[in-house]
Formats: sequence, C-alpha cells, structure tokens
Amino acid sequence: MTDLTKLSLAEARKGLKAKSFTATELTGAYLAAIEKANPALNAYVAVTPEQALDMARASDAKLAAGQGGTLEGIPLGIKDLFGTKGVHTQAASHILDGFKPEYESTVTSNLWRDGAVMLGKLNMDEFAMGSSNETSYYGPVVSPFRAEGSNANLVPGGSSGGSAAAVSAWLCAGATATDTGGSIRQPAAFTGTVGIKPTYGRCSRWGVVAFASSLDQAGPIARTVEDAAIMMTSMSGFDPKDSTCVDLAVPDFAAAVERGVKGLTIGVPREYRMDGMPGEIEKLWSQGLEWLKAEGATVKDISLPHTKYALPAYYIVAPAEASSNLARYDGVKYGLRVSGKDITDMYELTRAAGFGREVKRRIMIGTYVLSAGYFDAYYVKAQKVRTLIKKDFEDAFNAGVDAILTPATPSAAFGVGDEALAADPVAMYLNDIFTVTVNMAGLPGIAVPAGKDAKGLPLGLQLIGKPFDEETLFAAGRVIEKAAGGDFAPKQWW
Amino acid sequence: MSVDAATVKRIGRLARIRIEESEVAAYQSELNAILGFVEQLAEVNVEGVEPMTSVTPMVLRRRDDVISDGGYPEKIVSNAPLTEDNFFMVPKVIE
Repeated sequence: MTDLTKLSLAEARKGLKAKSFTATELTGAYLAAIEKANPALNAYVAVTPEQALDMARASDAKLAAGQGGTLEGIPLGIKDLFGTKGVHTQAASHILDGFKPEYESTVTSNLWRDGAVMLGKLNMDEFAMGSSNETSYYGPVVSPFRAEGSNANLVPGGSSGGSAAAVSAWLCAGATATDTGGSIRQPAAFTGTVGIKPTYGRCSRWGVVAFASSLDQAGPIARTVEDAAIMMTSMSGFDPKDSTCVDLAVPDFAAAVERGVKGLTIGVPREYRMDGMPGEIEKLWSQGLEWLKAEGATVKDISLPHTKYALPAYYIVAPAEASSNLARYDGVKYGLRVSGKDITDMYELTRAAGFGREVKRRIMIGTYVLSAGYFDAYYVKAQKVRTLIKKDFEDAFNAGVDAILTPATPSAAFGVGDEALAADPVAMYLNDIFTVTVNMAGLPGIAVPAGKDAKGLPLGLQLIGKPFDEETLFAAGRVIEKAAGGDFAPKQWW
Repeated sequence: MSVDAATVKRIGRLARIRIEESEVAAYQSELNAILGFVEQLAEVNVEGVEPMTSVTPMVLRRRDDVISDGGYPEKIVSNAPLTEDNFFMVPKVIE
C-alpha cells in the first residue's frame, strides 16, 4: 500500500471520497509518522491521538453515507497559538502552563465544521516571537532539511516552525499557522512548503492568542498551492466576534489555482534588491519573473520607496501591541503563578519566570516606546510611517500592477544555535525584511518554493497581492510551482 | 535615544517583570541595539501624514449594548492557579 502520509491534501481528499482508504487509516498513518519523527524533529508539543481517531471515525461515518465537508477526514496540525477546547494551548510558553481553554478559536471551528481531523498542537516560537523556532519553551524544532553532505541541524524558520516542519516531513496533511511579520511565509520558504498570509481581516483572530493585534493573521501552510487554497477557503470568513474581521464573501480559492497569469502585470520593486543579496536569491527572483512572463504576464519595475523603514517601524508597533496584549499574563487568571510577598511581587516574579528572554525583551521595548514622553516620538511616528508604507503599495496597484514578486527570505535556512544570530537580536529580525512590509500594509502574501541553494536547501519566492485578492496569488503561485517543477521533499533521515 | 541602567529597571517595573541586578547590563545593551535600529525612522518626513489607525478601510462595527454572553463563572475560573467560590484568589491587596 502507498504511504498515505505522502499524498497531498487534495489527493487524500480524492482517495477518501473514492473509499480507497478510510479517514481512520489516514489518521493512523499520520499518528504513526508523528510517533516516529517527533523525538527528532520536535514539531508537535502535544499529540491528541484519541481525539484524532474519534474525529476520523465520525468522518468515516459521513463519508460512508456520501456526506461530509470539504475537508472531511483530512488530518491537520494546529499551531499552539490557536485556542482548542480542552486541549493544550500555551503559545509554546511556560507562562501558560497547563492552560486548556473552555472555547475553540473561530478558525479551528471552521476547519472542524468542514470535517478536518486534529492530530495535535504544533511547536512555535514563544508567543510567535521569533524567526527560527528557537524561542519555544519546548525547545527548537529541527528542520527535516539538511544541507547536502551535512548532519547539522537546521532551523525550520519561525514562528510557525512546527507547522512548516510537520507539513514538510509528512506529519500532517496541512497545518494552521499565523503571521505577524513573516511567520507563515519565512518558515514555508525554509522548508519547501507553501504558506499564505491572507489580507488582514480575512480570517477571524477570535480565540487565537494575540501577539500584535493590528498585524496578526492566520493562514495555512501546505505542501502544494492547491492544498493551501483548499485550507484557506475553510479558515476564512466573517466572524462578529472579531471586530476587525471583514464581512466579505469567501471565494472558492481552489477554483482560482489554475487560472494562470495571462494578461497580469507583475511588479518588481527595486528597493527589494538589497545590498549584499546573495547571487542565488537574485537568480531565483529573475527566474521567477521569466516563468511568469512565459505564461503571459507582463513584468514592470516599480518603486516602494519606504521599504527600508518597514522593519524598524515594525519593531516599534509590534512590541508596543505585544506589551499591551501580554499584560494579561499575571499569574491570576491562568497558567503559571510564582508567589511573592505581595501582589506586585507575585506579578513580577511570575512574569520573570514565565516569559522567555525574547518575549521579555519585546515587552520591555514595547513598554518603553509607549511610556510617557516617548509615545509620540516612537509609536505615533511608526504609525505614520506605516501609512506611507501602505501608500507605496496603493500607488503601485493604482498604476496597474496586479501582484508583486519578491524573494521570500534573504537566505536559505540557517543552523540551530547560530551564534552570530544569538548575539545580535537585530540580525535575527532581518529575516523578515521581505515579508514584514506586507503585514504593515495589511496585504495578502504567499510564499512558494521556487528553487534550491548550492547546498540543496529550499528557497522561496513571495507574491504580494491587492487587498482581498488572494485568488491572484494562488494563480500566480501555481505558475511558479509548476515551472519550478522541483522536488521539495526532504530526504528522510529521522 | 538610548537607555541607561536606571531606565532598564524602571521599564522592568512598568512591565511588571522582575529584572535581576545581574541581568540589567544585558538588557541595556539589547534594548539599545533595537532602539539604535529603529532610530533610522528619524530620516522619514512624516509631515502631514496621518498615523495609521486601521489597516483596512473600515468603520469599527458596533453592536447593541446588551449582554450577549456569560453566565458560566466556573468556566471563567477553570484555568486559574487559585480560586474560591468562582472568584480568582490573589494575595491580600488592602491591609
């Protein structure tokens, strides 16, 4: 029998419908793969086999009766940031020790409504703060990819590192993820998977642990563009419980996948050609443009003049919002409590013990930029710069650009425990240089595997779209996926 | 702008995070690295630019001011480290 875990989500769906195998068999295959792989990869922080098999049996009953939703019987991994009723939800933080919510996030509710099966909760950077999945309380996720001729462990990227690693290593058919500055697209690029951050407001944030509320969006990581589109359709939709969630019809994104790029204008922003950009990234980018041209797209040079200010503005806005959102972790309502001589002492000791170093650093920065006397100089200034960043994109789209092509990351995956990156917080932040502009402007962005570096590690390209035009991203992403034609599966060593 | 050791301690106090004496120097240098990085925003001319309040052009939805949820205090406190009669328990605040 073929290894069921190697099927794409779309193929698994076909197989289930045709009764070639059952949801219970498919789920069992994934649970076995997780059991074998997780000690090496550390992608899951909690596996829920009983719940998974219960859900699979329920799906089998529906499938047998010729019923079922668009994801009926499909086993998924869920990032630990999503609230899942009665199940481990800790944002990979010590401070949420033992937290099991009494509610279900809207996005995961949508997936279960459509028949998906939950395999467990996926590792991530603590509170989604990181680009390497090394800030997790549960330890780093190890990428299924290794450089050719090397046994050194590489990072899967972050913050959705568990999601990306699990999808790439066949430990789920697809995974939920979230993206505040690049946390879906950067790990997707590092692991040869497809990741899309939809337009801000497309997915409900209700029930998702908040990092920076004006930037956070949920999205899928999957093995193909089509799989990502199928998941995106299910995850999206209006929710009155999130006041920033948009009341807009959700298209069938999968229907747009084979639409092609004929007649589209693809923008190439000159400001993304950074000094010192590695030659192989530059080459990948030109190659991507050639592929799109060959399918009938027109390429146009554009300027997004405020690009270089997006990352510094982000490191004011995101920590500011985080310092406010994370004020709720005080040892009173949930999670860890460290007793002190009075209530303030208890707060301070709980938060000192419960938060990891990167999270504390960001809360401290956020507290500082919001403090009396500094608010205008930092926060208000950053929000003005954000207006300018958004306007850059609006100008490009108004001038006839349909989507923008850029590299997804400045390099391929780096090693676990990289000393140069550990010594300089800003160096790690630079991982998000191509992705963070998209969050600042609230736009959709997709990362698609497009090539490999000299050591055989995957590299991704990013497409940025107009607000609520994810369909064009799926169509153009599919053109790149087809043209790249590459095998972006890791060589199994675990 | 850069922060000194006293400011690091003050921020820690505001953020309700205990910063041990031995950690102050490291925080100070990390915070200054980040503040140094964001300093480049000073070059941007933002005269007449409105600060962003909503990234999508939308008016915040409102609902009727009525109770729409609740009535399950035992669920609200179910994850708390210490509770009594569906109340959160904290150290004595008023002597």
